[in-house]
Amino acid sequence: MPKRADIRKIMVIGAGPIVIGQACEFDYSGTQACKALREEGYEVVLVNSNPATIMTDPETVGATYVEPVTAEVAGKILEKERPDALLPTMGGQTGLNTAVELAESGELDRLGVELIGAKLPAIRCAEDRELFKKAMGEIGLNVPRSRTVNSVEEGRRAAADVGFPMILRPAFTLGGSGGAVAWREAEFEGLLAWALSESPTSQVLLEESALGWKEFELEVMRDLADNCSVICSIENFDPMGVHTGDSITVAPAQTLSDVEYQAMRDAAVAIIRKIGVECGGSNIQFALYPRDGRMIVIEMNPRVSRSSALASKATGFPIAKIAAKLAVGLTLDEIPNDITRKTPASFEPAIDYVVTKFPRFTFEKFPETPAVLDTQMRSVGEVMSIGRTFRESLMKALRSLEIDRYGLADPEPAAWAAMGEGEREAALEEALRVPGPDRIWQVARAIREGWPRGRIHEASKIDPWFLAHIEELIALEAETGAPDLLKNRERMRLLKENGFSDREIAAAQEAAAPGTTERAVREARWRMAVRPVFKQVDTCAAEFEAHTPYLYSTYEQEDEAPPTGKGKVIILGGGPNRIGQGLEFDYCCVHGVMALSTAGYESIMVNCNPETVSTDYDTSDRLYFEPLTLEDTLEIISRERPKGVIVQFGGQTPLKLALGLQEAGVPILGTSPQSIDLTEDREQFSRLIEELGLAQPPSGTATDTPSALEIAESIGYPVLVRPSYVLGGRAMQIVFDADDLETYMREAVRASAERPVLIDRFLDGAIEVDVDAVADGERVIIAGVMEHIEEAGVHSGDSACSLPPYSLSGEIVDELKRQTRILAEKIEVKGLMNVQFAIHNGRAYVIEVNPRASRTVPYVSKVVGIPFAKVAARVMAGERLADLGVREDASLRHFGVKEAVFPFKKFPGVDVLLGPEMKSTGEVMGMAPDFPTAFLKAQQGAGEVVPTGGRAFVSVRDEDKGAMLPIARALAGMGFEIVATEGTRAALVQNGISASLVHKVIDGERPHIVDRMEGGEIDFVLNTTAGKQSRRDSYSIRRTALLRNIFYCTTIAAGQAAAGAMRSLREGGTPVRSLQDYHSG
Amino acid sequence: MRDIRPAVLALEDGRIFRGRAFGSCGGRAGGVGEMAEGELVFNTAMTGYQEIITDPSYRGQMVIMTYPHIGNYGVTPADEESRGAWAEAFIVKELCRDYSNHRAGGDLDSYLKERGVPCVEGIDTRALTRHIREAGALKAVLSSCGEDEAALVARAKASPGLDGRDLVRDVTCGAAHTFGKKKGWPLCVAYDLGAKRNIFEQLAERFDLEIVPASESAESVLARGPRAVFLSNGPGDPAALGYIVENVKKLLGRVPVTGICLGHQILGQALGGKTFKLKFGHHGANHPVQDAETRRVAITSQNHSFALDPASLPEGVAVTHASLNDHTCEGLRSNDPKVFSVQYHPEACPGPHDARELFDEFYGFCVG
Repeated sequence: MPKRADIRKIMVIGAGPIVIGQACEFDYSGTQACKALREEGYEVVLVNSNPATIMTDPETVGATYVEPVTAEVAGKILEKERPDALLPTMGGQTGLNTAVELAESGELDRLGVELIGAKLPAIRCAEDRELFKKAMGEIGLNVPRSRTVNSVEEGRRAAADVGFPMILRPAFTLGGSGGAVAWREAEFEGLLAWALSESPTSQVLLEESALGWKEFELEVMRDLADNCSVICSIENFDPMGVHTGDSITVAPAQTLSDVEYQAMRDAAVAIIRKIGVECGGSNIQFALYPRDGRMIVIEMNPRVSRSSALASKATGFPIAKIAAKLAVGLTLDEIPNDITRKTPASFEPAIDYVVTKFPRFTFEKFPETPAVLDTQMRSVGEVMSIGRTFRESLMKALRSLEIDRYGLADPEPAAWAAMGEGEREAALEEALRVPGPDRIWQVARAIREGWPRGRIHEASKIDPWFLAHIEELIALEAETGAPDLLKNRERMRLLKENGFSDREIAAAQEAAAPGTTERAVREARWRMAVRPVFKQVDTCAAEFEAHTPYLYSTYEQEDEAPPTGKGKVIILGGGPNRIGQGLEFDYCCVHGVMALSTAGYESIMVNCNPETVSTDYDTSDRLYFEPLTLEDTLEIISRERPKGVIVQFGGQTPLKLALGLQEAGVPILGTSPQSIDLTEDREQFSRLIEELGLAQPPSGTATDTPSALEIAESIGYPVLVRPSYVLGGRAMQIVFDADDLETYMREAVRASAERPVLIDRFLDGAIEVDVDAVADGERVIIAGVMEHIEEAGVHSGDSACSLPPYSLSGEIVDELKRQTRILAEKIEVKGLMNVQFAIHNGRAYVIEVNPRASRTVPYVSKVVGIPFAKVAARVMAGERLADLGVREDASLRHFGVKEAVFPFKKFPGVDVLLGPEMKSTGEVMGMAPDFPTAFLKAQQGAGEVVPTGGRAFVSVRDEDKGAMLPIARALAGMGFEIVATEGTRAALVQNGISASLVHKVIDGERPHIVDRMEGGEIDFVLNTTAGKQSRRDSYSIRRTALLRNIFYCTTIAAGQAAAGAMRSLREGGTPVRSLQDYHSG
Repeated sequence: MRDIRPAVLALEDGRIFRGRAFGSCGGRAGGVGEMAEGELVFNTAMTGYQEIITDPSYRGQMVIMTYPHIGNYGVTPADEESRGAWAEAFIVKELCRDYSNHRAGGDLDSYLKERGVPCVEGIDTRALTRHIREAGALKAVLSSCGEDEAALVARAKASPGLDGRDLVRDVTCGAAHTFGKKKGWPLCVAYDLGAKRNIFEQLAERFDLEIVPASESAESVLARGPRAVFLSNGPGDPAALGYIVENVKKLLGRVPVTGICLGHQILGQALGGKTFKLKFGHHGANHPVQDAETRRVAITSQNHSFALDPASLPEGVAVTHASLNDHTCEGLRSNDPKVFSVQYHPEACPGPHDARELFDEFYGFCVG
């Protein structure tokens, strides 16, 4: 069928901010879809609040709306742009839900907009548990026994039919949010109440537990001519009970015979037809009872998903791109396979390697939550690796994670060895039975302890096939310490074929030959010519010639991708997403690639994150899907011999490699590793600040508790403490007294001479400012000055900020620019730089300097309208700013406000209070001609329900009582009824603002504030706290606000901005405007 | 570590691949080795190794599996496509000894050993596949006897390969027999040219099925009073099967004739068409085939090294299906004489069931 000519303009809905369960895979998919639609000649309109995406680059589509992804806002854009069709399947659950709301409200019909890709009845049937169950019954497929309930009361009655253990699945949520396993009646009601509150439709499915069953996924595509293809099968290493996003998964399925696989494939095809997804891709999950092969259907997603992104990377088949083309009427046989060029997209990829996906967790950020995995997703990122065997693939995945583990070696051998035998046995039994983020290392332990395979399987339910391969790896482990290894080519080769890293081999060698370094192992290996070869991902297991250099390393015989003779630059990517390092850095890498290609270089990308645009084979001239370790990157660099390597785009990941690479003789482009190191080294850096005559909070470096106490005493409390070399403020805290400092030194960090603790005077009440700049050695261009909305002490990644500043004087801003310039010159920055300042009593203090791309680069680029990462890439490759025609533009006629988005709901028991340790997973941006409206949009984009009236609860610490008054006055002026705790109420009444009293929780009298919040009586919360006790007291307030979606502020600055936003909303809300429009003058 | 006996795969063009022996040529290092010769063919299916090994069409061929882990789910009699294992040799990246699947009754290595199939693992099967893709189907020798590699290459060169060889006679059944007799159903007489069990299973769900050997005369077939004649899949060069083609010619116009794979090629020749050898054939479970009339695409299981040249077919014979990968002929049909055949495997096993309804079409075409 030819593509549709009756459609001219199509709107695509993006996924909004990165949250757990919905990450940058939707930027990858969305960008592909937008590009594909444009390629077919359609005009594309996009809404996505996430500024760090490639899809929101002004070049990606014709009209880009960086606006909240809500039905209301999308409706306004539809009204303005009048597209013919809406593609709802590219923006994850958010995009789908928004489209459903627009369709159900009649808005699409009213505006004559057609849903393409998936129609409303199909979406409903896939998403509504009852309808889905019924549909499966009609085509003779099994689903788990289940009942859908809408209240706790109903649930109580239904529980008896379903039985325990039971899985609770709220309808219309993403990443299994609110889902849980109820093991017995006692905990059931509490879990159900939470699940009901999480579902936007207050609907929860109570489901027979298939815990421990084998779990599979199929990615299936269908076109308008009803042709179906299964693109990829995925088998979960972790059986049912762990969310698939948190499971180690392997492609293709390993333990299914053809008979079983075809039965599953038949089911998948029958399901996509029955549900009525008329074209596009769907993801279908199955569980298989291992003893008799009984197959049940778990769920279906009628859209592109995290798994479809993984399947695309695992096979080379670009599901989102093809899905977009199918949506406009093309059929699979009409679309060419990009990789082979000669064959069509209507086939099923055959792969000749094993792909392993491994989730990346950050439980350490949320110590209040036990590190246990269940049906709610908690991982914040993932890595993918490719090897010719499962073992090689798995070992590559482990070292891709960047958690300082390079294989299956015991992470804590001393502690483990110190345990008694009985203790070890009990610990293992528990660790295997209750899945946690490091279960695979526990499996390795059990094997080392001599547990038989059957027992490990019994406890963990992990399929014996996987266990057998891990056993083989553990058996080989002994070889890593063999005395002649560095001279024994055959033995070394065997280890490398099985994925053992130089790093782990070095550690094992060290035991016998102290001083054996990774470098020594590498050099010995290179001398013996034990080197990897590189093979292509080609969709067809080598049956046809492939034209896309999408490569992976393996210890095999033939290298099929010799480097070209062109001038080339390698960009090292950011690895797995984690809190503190996410999509923003991938954005920078992609821009770097684009700029280098424009400048005539062959751009080479190295990364291991399957969710990203950078690992799309379409992005760079050559893609290496490889772990970002010294070993793996050096293998690539040594064969490619690039002009240089760019390490400043991928966040901390490549920076950590910079010195090692340089030591190995690799040319690093841009700011030198020495300069980077200089800014990370406190002592050197302090001297530099002093030399330049700049100010810095008084500080010191402690290697043990006594020295820490001494330093704190001399600079004065409160102090900010953190380990050196950290990312995202890991283990960073504000400490108010000596007791706390001792606790911190003892518990939070294990300080040593190699890993000192940094202690800074904490500037209470200061305003933080981020400045981004780009420099070429001759000139320094200030990209943007961003004023934080939260006060100093909140990690910059967690703080909302405004570009341009909304309250700073011109003089201060000029002074910050001046300081940034002299810092850039002194450090000899070539490329990007970010400086964090604190303004305290009118004086600027330098907090830190990062001579690399910061997470604000995409945000600044979009607000200002200049792609700074591209500029920086050209500079690093040797061009001059003057020649690139980039000028500093002082006058912005609009504000861009960035707001952070947090995963607190996923982590029960966690306090939502912000501090110096970064906790946000993503960000949104709001743009408007004035600051309050931009702030409002940012809040709405982050999912806050900004009220325009109702009841406001105010409770602030003593220092804030004065600053709180104007906010309260503004609230009262808008007609809010104010309720306050005793002290705050006194201050309000004294100043002529009427407020009624509400009980604190610790007062013991009911109803207290939390009761009233739960009763739906409170619409806005302003709550600031001081000291530990007060924080603890107000914890339940913040947690309730979070769970009940009540708009809350924990700082005065945010409160002020919030009041402004409410006023802006009352005065007519939020007009929508495209980025292209903002920047066209 | 396992006691490993080395094995060498020597190609007629001089390329050597070294690996570890298993299957019938495995065993202890230093023991007596084994040797096999045949034409190399790669199969890209990721599941279904047991069906492939027991498919008689692989007679004369050494099968390379492109998926690197083979043996994962063990073996079971339920997955056998015929009574024996026919591939001359089996070549994999890695043999899986620790299988895991509730259906499994044993491991692949023992299975191959019992059936006398020499095997090798530890081969860079992707390199080997790429080589065949470029050089075309090559003759080769697999040996675990420890001979001189140059001698093995010479032996590979001298080996007969597939061209011009009648391999059907090695694999056809010994005598006519019934297959799940269904009284009152229309009779189909099927030539067993090396058939896969599942083709007969599918036919037997629709016909009263009688099976005859490849040499059965047309007269004897007609004497049975069939409503349909079926020509099965099978090994070797279709151009070397003149005796079958001649019999089929006699059947044309007397009874509707259908066929699959080799049967399709024989039918084409009986109609006056010619076959030619493909560079490396179609062997896998992911081949898109388009129905010329409906434009619908089925993902099919395929296993053929030769194809029918559609230009050589007489007028009145329609090419009903085409491969979307290389546009070769995948099906033909004519109403006078009444013939209908496909090149691909609608019975799947291994592979997708997309085209199973083709057996209904056969039925409708012959009986309806």
